[in-house]
Amino acid sequence: MEGISIQRAARSADLNHFALAGDARKRYILTPMPIRSPFHDRVARYCTSFAWKDWAGYYAASHFGETHLPEYWAFRESCAITDITPLFKYEVKGKDAARLLSRMTVRGFEKLPVGRVAYTCWCDANGKVIDDGTVSRLGEAHFFITAAEPTLSWMSRLSRGFEVELLDVSERTGALSLQGPTSRDVLKQCTDANLDALKFFQTTSAKLDGAGVQISRTGYSGDLGYELWCNAEDALKVWDALMTVGRDYGIEPAGIEALDMVRIEAGFIMLGVDYYSAPHVTIDARRSSPYEIGLDHCVKLDRDSFMGQEALRAEAARGAEWKLVGVEADWLELERLYESYSLPPGLAPAACRDSVPLYLDGKFVGQVTSTVWSPLLKRYICLASVKAQYAALGTKLKLEHTALYERKTVTATVVERPFFEPERKRTP
Amino acid sequence: MATTYDAIVVGAGHNGLTCAAYLAKAGRKVLVLESRDSIGGATASEEIYPGFTFSTCSYVVSLLRPQIIRDLELSKHGLEIMPLDWTFSPFEDGTSLLRGPDAEMNRRNIARFSRKDAERYPLFGQAMSELGRMMKPIIESPIPEPSKLTPSTIFEALRLGKQFKGVGEEWLAANLKMMTMSAVDFLSEWFESERLIGPMSVSGIIGTFLGIRSPGTAYVLLHHYMGEIDGAFRAWGLQKGGTGGVAMAIARSAESLGVEIKTGCRVDKVLMTGSEARGVVLVNGDEYHAKAIVSGADPHRTFLGLIGEDRLDEDFVKQIKRFKMRGSSGKVNLALDSLPEFPGLDQESPALRADITIAPNIDFLERAYDDAKYGRFSREPFMDCVIPSLTDPSVAPPGKHVMSIFVQYAPYNLKEGPADWENQREAFGDAVINTLERFSPGIKDRILHRHVLTPWDLEKTYGLTEGNIFHGELSLEQLAFMRPAAGWARYKTPIEKFWLCGSGAHPGGGIMAAPGQLCANTMLKARAV
Repeated sequence: MEGISIQRAARSADLNHFALAGDARKRYILTPMPIRSPFHDRVARYCTSFAWKDWAGYYAASHFGETHLPEYWAFRESCAITDITPLFKYEVKGKDAARLLSRMTVRGFEKLPVGRVAYTCWCDANGKVIDDGTVSRLGEAHFFITAAEPTLSWMSRLSRGFEVELLDVSERTGALSLQGPTSRDVLKQCTDANLDALKFFQTTSAKLDGAGVQISRTGYSGDLGYELWCNAEDALKVWDALMTVGRDYGIEPAGIEALDMVRIEAGFIMLGVDYYSAPHVTIDARRSSPYEIGLDHCVKLDRDSFMGQEALRAEAARGAEWKLVGVEADWLELERLYESYSLPPGLAPAACRDSVPLYLDGKFVGQVTSTVWSPLLKRYICLASVKAQYAALGTKLKLEHTALYERKTVTATVVERPFFEPERKRTP
Repeated sequence: MATTYDAIVVGAGHNGLTCAAYLAKAGRKVLVLESRDSIGGATASEEIYPGFTFSTCSYVVSLLRPQIIRDLELSKHGLEIMPLDWTFSPFEDGTSLLRGPDAEMNRRNIARFSRKDAERYPLFGQAMSELGRMMKPIIESPIPEPSKLTPSTIFEALRLGKQFKGVGEEWLAANLKMMTMSAVDFLSEWFESERLIGPMSVSGIIGTFLGIRSPGTAYVLLHHYMGEIDGAFRAWGLQKGGTGGVAMAIARSAESLGVEIKTGCRVDKVLMTGSEARGVVLVNGDEYHAKAIVSGADPHRTFLGLIGEDRLDEDFVKQIKRFKMRGSSGKVNLALDSLPEFPGLDQESPALRADITIAPNIDFLERAYDDAKYGRFSREPFMDCVIPSLTDPSVAPPGKHVMSIFVQYAPYNLKEGPADWENQREAFGDAVINTLERFSPGIKDRILHRHVLTPWDLEKTYGLTEGNIFHGELSLEQLAFMRPAAGWARYKTPIEKFWLCGSGAHPGGGIMAAPGQLCANTMLKARAV
């Protein structure tokens, strides 16, 4: 058996262009290994660390070189390029496309202008979040959706009676994220798109070295940045063009570890880390409503019926039980804690996704879900879920912290989120 | 002019601005007067050649206190420090050494020259970090004065002393050696290869008029490892847009706290009533009055210039005159058409993003010092280079680069006198480029523009007496309770209501901002404003 599976694995490696054929079924070929994105040939060339992660069944680089920190700085100082093909990608076409999305997610799409992108989330009937993602209106009756989890079945269940065509384009679409202050300069040099006119959360189609690409001014870094979507066949061409031009603008391939740091600075939540997909967990305590994970601004209650509407209306009226907040640990206290062991503060220079409890007067009041020492801000910052009565800015809580095996606490204050939001993110 | 302020700070360098910001944060009305048309002092970014931004003087951000960054919300005001993680040392035979945060890479690279050294290297780092950690509270608080036994100084001394409680004899011995030995001797106790000792020893001499074999230089090595304390937190780095961005961020923060900053206002004298400072008068005759005056200028300019010998006690004047300035370094800033090459390196190598140290061996460095001893610039100088445009493309046009070269030795006092730098400036620049060419063949042809700064220029343009980049050497006899003069190490001066907040005060130079912060805190605590 083992021999067979190895052989299959080898074959699937040869066949790694399966995606090029657009045959989604081959994605589930019997292999113990993750599969390769259409950018893999190039990504692998830079990934001298051999530090790979499995992201939705794909090989995703954790970090490329000796450490992830140069990649982190590229996000903030020059330009980071990340293969985000593993995202699930769908197209919804047809007369009722806008109606379907308005029914499925917590906001309406009838009025979204063509060329605009909206961030949204979708809930189950109890108003608990299933997933979050972006929706781009490519045409009057044509939408493009990204998701962290497979969503085709859910969409088709909801689409009964709607005149729509649903397409899972996950495999046949290559996706790159280009983020950082020089990302626009790089794109300007290699596309025909009018990027000066492309505002935050807008999308446009363009030509990049002859290949058709969809460019949206969106991203997970909270900085100036773009996401590019192309046919898988054009993936290498697009990558090469960006890297060639990017050389003069400090472009760096960046992996998941650096991305995780910048998304925490930007205050963005992550499925499976800061909240869980409602159908994937068994108890209600692990499910969250949009109000509980900081997505209040997405929810538009007063419109035609949508999934979870009644439950959300009730929750809006009585107030959410939990709130997502930004929390900052008191650095001096942390230093003193380590000092008591004659140690310098021992924090990992990377993001941490472990949940850590927050207390007030010895009572559990919530948990930190994502934590990072921000090299840019020189602050130890966290995303946290706290009981609503402790969510006010300035509330002082106690954060558990383990120093030299012992569990202690340090003061952590509820602060504004995002932690980092440069003007360039939105300005023309 | 009769506007009255709580405090006037003379000089908008990073310390002056920090001091002003902290005073304003405590609700005081503060005015900062800067003689140049731009702020920052020696913490400056200037577009000397179109499209290229040079960190004209200081070029790396070393020990900027993280607490200051947080207190003044500097990140919000534009502070972005990118780490400088690697050190790259090319040698003339085409080999090179790259050291960085990866212990295994260090071991591999050092082992090419000495397997034993490779094994010792992490132990050395650990020992130094331990020493540095103990020194840290010292640079973060005003220094207690041993001559004044008041309860508060005793308390402070005990608090600092607690750091050293329970340390073993071995540690004390290491510390004593550190304080007295030369950088080379100290390093030779640990390592055998000159390829390691040479590049490592230079951190003991930067900014001093000493050689790597001069006693006392071992201590300065420690300063490097104090940066490393913030290990995971990367205190050593490059500011986005050049070091001027640091001053700019502090200035923006200060202004948001209500500080008024006036440029193009050269202060001529401090106005006094009896033994009390009460204001300043500008060269144009304008007067400004305040409850306290703070000087961010170096001790020479402050006391011998702004105050004047005649208004000071004779002994104090002597002490200040003896406070050694004697600048020993220059700067060469290059606008490059393309990235420099070093034998055996491809252009993707992190080595080019490193601190590039031209210090191939001990004799090379000692010979460089020999020249200086006799009033000449080094024919083959030690150089510390960085190419900030690799991490921060905003400082050069696409594909072009900026190279910042710190050069030692360039003695202020040339044999022919300091003014002769006007005649020797370009020859000095040639010596730098010719030496660099031997390590990076072809660099000459890449140069679009060369900007040479001698100690004479540092004095004339940036107001650094004798071109000393630290407002006075960071040698042992000029540190802690002796900085700038015994008995006057706590920012207070013999002139009442007159304070010193520049790098000439404890804990000293570098873009640390601690003197500015500590001065403000001391003033507030003493209710001086």
